[in-house]
Amino acid sequence: MSTTFVLNGKPTTLDADPTMPLLWAIREVAGLTGTKFGCGMAQCGACTVQLDGKAIRSCVTPLSVVAGRQVTTIEGLESKPAKAVQTAWVTLQVPQCGYCQSGQIMSATALLESNSAPSDADIDSAMSGNICRCGTYNRIRAAIHAAAGSMKA
Amino acid sequence: MTTNALLSLPTRRSFLKSAGGVTVIALTIGFEWTGTTRRALAAGPATPLPGTTFTPNAFLRIGADDSVTVIAKHIEMGQGAYTGIATVVAEELDADWSRVRVESAPADVKRYANLAFGMQGTGGSSAMANSWNQLRDAGGKARLMLLSAAAKEWQVPVTELTVERGIVYHAGKKRQATFGALVKTASSLPVPETVTLKDPKDFKLIGHTAPRVDAAAKSNGTAQFTLDFTVPGMLVALLQRPPLFGATVKSFDPTAAAALPGVVKVVQVPAGIAVVAKSFWAAKLGRDALKIEWDDSKAEKRSSAAIMDEYRRLADQPAVSARNDGDAGQAIKSASKKVSASYEFPYLAHAPMEPLDAVVKLTGSSCEIWAGDQFQTLDQANAAHTAGLAPEQVSIHTLYAGGSFGRRANTRSDYIVEAVSIAKAFGADGTPIKLQWTREDDIHGGLYRPMFYHKLEAGLDDKGKLTGWRQVIVGQSIMAGTSFAGMIKGGIDPTSVEGAANLAYAIPNVKVELATTTTGVPILWWRVVGSSHTAFAVESFIDEAAHAAGADPYTFRRNMLEHEPRMKAVLDLAAEKAGWNTPLPAGYGRGIAVAEAFKTLVAQVAEVSVGKDGQIKVERVVCAVDCGTPINPDIITAQMEGGIGFGLGAALYSEITLKEGRVEQDNFNSYRVLRINEMPKVEVHIVPSTEPPTGVGEPGVAPVGPAVANAIFAATGKRMHVLPFSKGGAA
Repeated sequence: MSTTFVLNGKPTTLDADPTMPLLWAIREVAGLTGTKFGCGMAQCGACTVQLDGKAIRSCVTPLSVVAGRQVTTIEGLESKPAKAVQTAWVTLQVPQCGYCQSGQIMSATALLESNSAPSDADIDSAMSGNICRCGTYNRIRAAIHAAAGSMKA
Repeated sequence: MTTNALLSLPTRRSFLKSAGGVTVIALTIGFEWTGTTRRALAAGPATPLPGTTFTPNAFLRIGADDSVTVIAKHIEMGQGAYTGIATVVAEELDADWSRVRVESAPADVKRYANLAFGMQGTGGSSAMANSWNQLRDAGGKARLMLLSAAAKEWQVPVTELTVERGIVYHAGKKRQATFGALVKTASSLPVPETVTLKDPKDFKLIGHTAPRVDAAAKSNGTAQFTLDFTVPGMLVALLQRPPLFGATVKSFDPTAAAALPGVVKVVQVPAGIAVVAKSFWAAKLGRDALKIEWDDSKAEKRSSAAIMDEYRRLADQPAVSARNDGDAGQAIKSASKKVSASYEFPYLAHAPMEPLDAVVKLTGSSCEIWAGDQFQTLDQANAAHTAGLAPEQVSIHTLYAGGSFGRRANTRSDYIVEAVSIAKAFGADGTPIKLQWTREDDIHGGLYRPMFYHKLEAGLDDKGKLTGWRQVIVGQSIMAGTSFAGMIKGGIDPTSVEGAANLAYAIPNVKVELATTTTGVPILWWRVVGSSHTAFAVESFIDEAAHAAGADPYTFRRNMLEHEPRMKAVLDLAAEKAGWNTPLPAGYGRGIAVAEAFKTLVAQVAEVSVGKDGQIKVERVVCAVDCGTPINPDIITAQMEGGIGFGLGAALYSEITLKEGRVEQDNFNSYRVLRINEMPKVEVHIVPSTEPPTGVGEPGVAPVGPAVANAIFAATGKRMHVLPFSKGGAA
C-alpha cells in the first residue's frame, strides 16, 4: 500500500504500511535519517517534523495521516527562520551529543515561523516537549533569541 | 572506570576478565595521570599511504590536500572529546583549525588504550587527562618532522623556520609551504625521539575556545549515529527481555510473530526472544505478537521500598571501614552538640536520548560492529566470547553516541553481546543486523545507578567546631562480579565510597563505613558515579552541621578547607560570583555545595524561589570549576551547564522504583527528567590554571543536588532527605 505526500517540497510516494509511524517511513523508507527516535510516544520531541508548517511528533503520526499534505524534515529546512535557527545553533555551540537537536531545531523553527520575537515564556511553551539529556537548554533558549534577533536585522 | 578513591589505591595492576571468563586480558592500570612518563603502548601508523599522506603516529594523518585528520581514541558522546583531542594535537602541530577533521579510532588496545585504564575506553572523565601529554607529543613531533622536511627541501636550518596555521615559513629565503606540500618528504623522515612542547603562554588554540568539530553536522541532521547507520541487506531486531530481573524464557510461541509481513526470523538468545525483521516497525509489531512464558523462579521479586527497608536496618549493623581517623564514635558521644540525618537515593536510569543500538555483521571468522561504543576493549572481548571468535577477529567502528552518561561504559557489554548473540542465532551468515532498543527497553533494562542509603552523625564542640563525623553507606557494589572486581580492596568498592571516604573537611575524628548489599537488580556507574549520591549526603549534612553550629554555611565549610587551597578557591569563587552575602527577594533561598570528582573541583551556589503554592523553582546556579589547564573554556562551560541540568533533573524528579520486582516506570512520561522550562540560569566561572587538565564531563553533576537542597532549606526550613525531592512534595 502506498501513501503520496509532499516531502521536503518534493512529491513523494512511499510504499509502506499506512499505520507505520511517519518517523519510520521517513527514516527507513524515504532514507532521511536526520529525524530521530527517542521515545515512540510523543514524550521527548526527538522525532519532530513539520506537517503543513506545524511541529508534530512523527513517532505517533501514522503515515496515512500525511497523505496529500506537506511534510518538512531537518533535511528540507529552507525558510529564513530555519536558516537563522541553524546558524545560531552553530554560533552558540548548542549541540553536545546532538541526538535531540534535529527535533529541537524543528520545534524552534516552527516557533519562529509563527512568532518572530518569542518571549522566554513562549520558548518554554514551544520547547518543553523537546527533551535534551545533555542539558543544552540555556543555549537552545539563547540561540532562539539570537535567531529572532538576526531575522530583524 | 577510575575514581578518586581508586587514585589512591596502592595497586597499579589489575586484571580485566571478559564476561564469560574465557578471555583474560592482563593490563597495567595506571590510576595516576602519569602521561609525562608514559608513552603510547605502540605508536605505529594508522593507515600508511605513502606519498599522499603523512602518518607520523597513531593519532594524526596529514593529506597532500592539506587536510589534517586527528584520530580520536575516545568516543564523542556529547562531552566534546573530539574537539578537545583535536585541539591539543592541532595546538602543538600549529595546524589550521579550519582544516582539522576528526576520525574515530578502530578498536586496538595496542595503539589506543586509555592510559588511565590500560584498555581502550572512555570514562571517569579521563579523556583529556589521560591523553594530554600523548596528544601534545603526537602533534609536536609531527610539526618537527614537517619542519625538518622543509629544512631538507630548502637547505636551511630548522631553527630558521616558523609555522603558522598549517604553513611553514622561511623568512630569509622568503619561502613557504603548506603542510600538504611537505607530506612526501616528511614521510621519509624518522620520527624524532623527543620534542620540545610549547610554553603554555604561546598556546593559540588551547584555552582559546576552538569551535566544536561536530556542531554543524549536529545542527543539520547529517551527524551519523548508530540509529542512522545502515548497510545493504541490513535487518532490524527487537529483543523481548524478561519482565523481571533474573527471569528466563520457559517457553515461547513464535507463530503469530513469524507470520507477520516483514518478519524474517524469530530467534532465542540468552537474553530473551528476538524478532528479526526487514524494518523497525515490522520488528516492533512482531515483538508485540510474541507469546512468551517466563520462568520467574530465580527472579528478583522484591519492591524497591522493601529493599530500602533492608538498607535502613543494615545501616545499624557493623559495616566495613573505608576510613577511620581518630575515634569518631567517642568524639560524637562526648560532643556538646550532636546532629544526625539519613539520606535515601533511588535507582536511576541513564536514559540517553539515543536508545541503545548496535549493528553487527557476523560470519564464521569475523565480527564487525558499529555502535556508540564506549569500552572498545571489553566490548571486543565480550563480543568475541559470544561469537566464539578471537578478540582480534572482532572489529569495532565507533560512531557518535546519542548520550551515554555511563550506560555504554558497560563491563558486561550487554547490548553489544545481545546483538552478537542475535546475529549468531540468526545463522552467522554475514547478514548485517541492527539491534534496536526502544525507550521502554531502556527504562526497564536495568544497569541503573544503585539505590543507596546514607546515615550520618556528627558532633560539635561548644565553639561550634566539628569534632567527629560518622557516615554509613549502604548499597550495591558496581564493580562486584565484573571485570573491575579486582579494584575492590578489603571489602570496599571504591565507587561506593568516593566523595565520602575522601571527605576534604578538616575534622579530627572521621569514620566512613560501607555495607555492601546484593539484589537481583543490575547496576552500573551513572554520570559522576559515587559522587552522584555521596556528594549529596556529605554536602547536605555539612549544611545541617553548619546550621546546628549557628554558622554561615559558606564560612563553616571554608574554615575547614585551609589545607585544601584549590577546593577553597572554587568555593570562594562561586560564593563571590553568586553574591553570597547579598540580599535575596522574599521567598528566595540560597544554598552552596562543593565537591571533588575525578580530580576536578566544582562549587555551586543555587538560588531557589518558593511560589505561593509552595512550588519550588530553581532560579539560578552559579558554578566555579577548577579542572587544571582549561583546554576549551566553552566546552567546559557547556559541560558544567549540562551537568547541572542532568543532576538537577535527578534531584528533583527521576527515580526507578520496583513493585514486586517489576519496574514501575516505562518512558519519559513516568521517568521524569528536566525540561527547558525547569532549567535555571547558569553562570560558569573557570579557575585559571596551568596544572595538568582534568575532566569536566561528570564533575559538574555532583554539587547541584545538595546546593539546591540547601537553598530549599534556606527558603523553607525543610531538609531534603529523600530523593527525588518530588517524592517529598518539594518539586
